[in-house]
Amino acid sequence: MIDSLTETRPLKLVYFAWVRERIGVAEETVEVPHEARTVADLVNWLRGRDEGYEMAFENAAIVRAAIDHVHVKPEASLAGAREIAFFPPMTGG
Amino acid sequence: MFPVVRIQREDFDLNAEVKALSRDRVDIGAVVTFAGLCRDEGGKLAALELEHYPGMAEAEIGRVAAEAVERWPLTGLVAIHRYGLIRPGEQIVLVVATSRHRRAAFEAAEFLMDYLKTRAPFWKREHLSDGTIGGWVEAKADDDTAAARWN
Repeated sequence: MIDSLTETRPLKLVYFAWVRERIGVAEETVEVPHEARTVADLVNWLRGRDEGYEMAFENAAIVRAAIDHVHVKPEASLAGAREIAFFPPMTGG
Repeated sequence: MFPVVRIQREDFDLNAEVKALSRDRVDIGAVVTFAGLCRDEGGKLAALELEHYPGMAEAEIGRVAAEAVERWPLTGLVAIHRYGLIRPGEQIVLVVATSRHRRAAFEAAEFLMDYLKTRAPFWKREHLSDGTIGGWVEAKADDDTAAARWN
């Protein structure tokens, strides 16, 4: 109920590899507008914050996302997310 | 059968992992192991730095391992992935699959490696022999193709 009365809600974001380097922090909690409902919305909103985010997401199609430790696609809903991660394509193994 | 998944900074012992899977068992006919090592890329590389996403790395490899257990009749499955600074010649990753017959063990080990490369949240960065820190290693399209063939 409180959510509907406020314009933003806090989201915990974590970043890895060159996404982390470009944004400049490994993790942060940001107040994100309620209009941002999906991962793609969140990326668009983040890109407007400053140059670091713009650089990190300049080729948004290659940046991967996970919600609560599970890979998700850009159209995934942010509802109920505790931790949202952004990172480059993986190169382990 | 519960797969064993470990994400660790320390090195691992392939023989010890095989022994742990086969101890007190007489029903195993096949053991397949894969160990991935750090190459020096012709002398260019001093080390690989492996960054990972703690929590998700365990969870994601666990999901892939659980899928392998569903698909093949395995008697044991181990996946170990290291993080931190790893020098040429050192081990990075280990997969051990055991089963009654070889095909299941071969296929499960290869499946696990193919998926681990494209889905496990690890990123490699090169530390070069001249002391500079190189770039992040780029993902290969080949790896996506290798993983896709299991679909």
